[in-house]
Amino acid sequence: MDFMVFQYPMISVQACLDGILLGILFALIAYGMALQWGVMNIINIAQGDLVILGGYIAYFMYLYGIHPAWGVIVAPIIMYFVGVGLYKLVINKVVDRDLFISILATFGISILFMQLMNFAFGADVVLANSGYGTTFLFDSAVVLPNSKIFSAFISILFAICLVIYMKKSKLGRAIRATAQNARAAKILGVDTEKVYAATFGINAALCGVAGALISITFTIHPYMGLPYTIRSFMIVIVAGLGNLPGVALSGMGLGVFEEFADYILGTEFRIGAVFLLLVLILVYRRFKLSRKREYLK
Amino acid sequence: MKITKIILSFVSALAILLSSSVTSFAKVVGDKIILGSAISLTGKYSSNGVHTQNGYNMAVDRINSMGGVKVGGKTYKFEIIYYDDESNPKRAAQLAERLISQDGVQFMLGPYSSGLTKAIAPVTEKYGVPMVEANGASRSLFTKGYKYLFAVLAPANLYLDVAIRTAVELNGGKGVRIAQAFEQDAFSQDVRLGILDAAKETGSEIIIDDKLPKELNDMAATLVKVKQMKPDVLVVSGHTKGALTAIRQIAEMKVDVPMLAMTHCDAAKLSKQHGKNSQYALCASQWHKTLTYKDDFFKDGMTYAADFTNEFGYDPPYQAAESSAALLVFKDAFERANSFDQKKVRDALAATNMQTFYGNIKFAPGGQNVDKPMVLFQVMCDGAGKCENKVVAPLKWASAELIHPVPKWSER
Repeated sequence: MDFMVFQYPMISVQACLDGILLGILFALIAYGMALQWGVMNIINIAQGDLVILGGYIAYFMYLYGIHPAWGVIVAPIIMYFVGVGLYKLVINKVVDRDLFISILATFGISILFMQLMNFAFGADVVLANSGYGTTFLFDSAVVLPNSKIFSAFISILFAICLVIYMKKSKLGRAIRATAQNARAAKILGVDTEKVYAATFGINAALCGVAGALISITFTIHPYMGLPYTIRSFMIVIVAGLGNLPGVALSGMGLGVFEEFADYILGTEFRIGAVFLLLVLILVYRRFKLSRKREYLK
Repeated sequence: MKITKIILSFVSALAILLSSSVTSFAKVVGDKIILGSAISLTGKYSSNGVHTQNGYNMAVDRINSMGGVKVGGKTYKFEIIYYDDESNPKRAAQLAERLISQDGVQFMLGPYSSGLTKAIAPVTEKYGVPMVEANGASRSLFTKGYKYLFAVLAPANLYLDVAIRTAVELNGGKGVRIAQAFEQDAFSQDVRLGILDAAKETGSEIIIDDKLPKELNDMAATLVKVKQMKPDVLVVSGHTKGALTAIRQIAEMKVDVPMLAMTHCDAAKLSKQHGKNSQYALCASQWHKTLTYKDDFFKDGMTYAADFTNEFGYDPPYQAAESSAALLVFKDAFERANSFDQKKVRDALAATNMQTFYGNIKFAPGGQNVDKPMVLFQVMCDGAGKCENKVVAPLKWASAELIHPVPKWSER
């Protein structure tokens, strides 16, 4: 245990800001997961691998001399089609089945993606240099890399666009209707098959954006997807489905929690703390539900 | 019915057992000495696995074309059977079993990485098969009392030892304040133990001691602490990911520290791809082409590097060089043993005392090479932003003077 973070107030500020910027990025991935979970009732274990694949798209653009920030536009377009293709090949066969089947199927996809990426891109850890500078706050006591600020900004931008799209567009309304009641939507003339494919595509596209941002801010590697899946799963569980402000808030909360866990418990427990929190939340939710049931009695 | 089935399966099992024992024959066939190696051609170690394989192949071609191995008045040539271990320790151990008991291999070359070498060593030990390995540096490999394991490289705990000693020397012999961040894997933790030893001996103090989880690609928290505590030395080891994450975030967060020492800079291609961000970083290396060791086959480091680049199209990382050295050691041991008896070859290996282009090789009773110091190079850039690795320590091999302390970011 180390309480240095509280001894120096500026470190607390730094930890909060780092956590919030990181959390916004997590929230974007989680929003995609919440969307397809809500609409299709599928928990996508391959979420993190889609993120990493998006990261590789930005990385390859960087390798060929294009600024990786353009990856934020290119990666979602490619990933949308990857998502739709994945839906047509695998997901459509598990969409009405038990949740467990979909977890198994996407777990399989996750392994496949890891190995394919390893095969195609090699086992090296890579990153894309954006060349963005650094922002100093409070007399240089707090340092924020501009790449992190850029990531958070782009994530918010995409989230806002998506919300507007869901509210205003025809497909967006169809997606929401399917989420509420797939059978009723079908009877009223919504082509649910198409809606499912589009939803999975949109999810993959969001992962693509997040991946491009991660390759600009951190590093990527074919086997680094799982922590992103876990984090987004947790954010969705806390926030609930179809609750965007909730996803954003719990994303930031998780980011800040991770940073403080890192300072207080030590870096080695950072990922472990996330898992522990997940268990606690699941237990708490169960406890709350059982109390609700008691009222009903 | 059931009984016939049982008998049938029993008979077929027996048949398989017999046929496999029939196929195992000694693997010095005609004029060939057949070595076996499980190596990571796919999976997460595949890049370094390929470097290792290229190093082995280059040495095999060179030794064969320069007269081969002379044993008992007859000339033999090397040949290697490779299997892909998929970067998976369990698979590596299975393949070692297969190489020895099915293919009849009597002499092994090591795989890539400490983890896989650890998986294979018990197998080679069990069968009494001498193994010369070039890519497993973890200290725990050399403390188990293995008799048939020989490593041409310096053990992991010595990787950054030189850096701490240099820092202390530059501090007028007084202890320094060390911040360290190590990944939680066998190799990096061994490097950490080495630092702890060096700190104790030099009276240095460790003020930050972070362990990075394998999945983590963010070390901002560690770096904020470094900014606050202002240590004299920052040490980072976590394979390519650790090196890249550190370089990126140190540059982005403008962390000023008088000395930054790391491992895996070569593998992370720091000087080539991350230029100015990595400037002044000190890197531990088993080998560098400018070292002036010599042998009859590859002449010296510069010639080796040129020949390797000619053949494979890239600069040889130290993983390739040490792998080539492993074959030179085998050749030397076979000729001194003048026999293919595994025990005699093992004893000859244990008595090795030679110089190769890669460095001096002499094994301690544990199997590690004690005659070759680690070198430190520093990433140095010219005005145009072109960066290069230059050896700065130990002084005997230095091709440039160490820049210390590292200039502040605001002054660059």
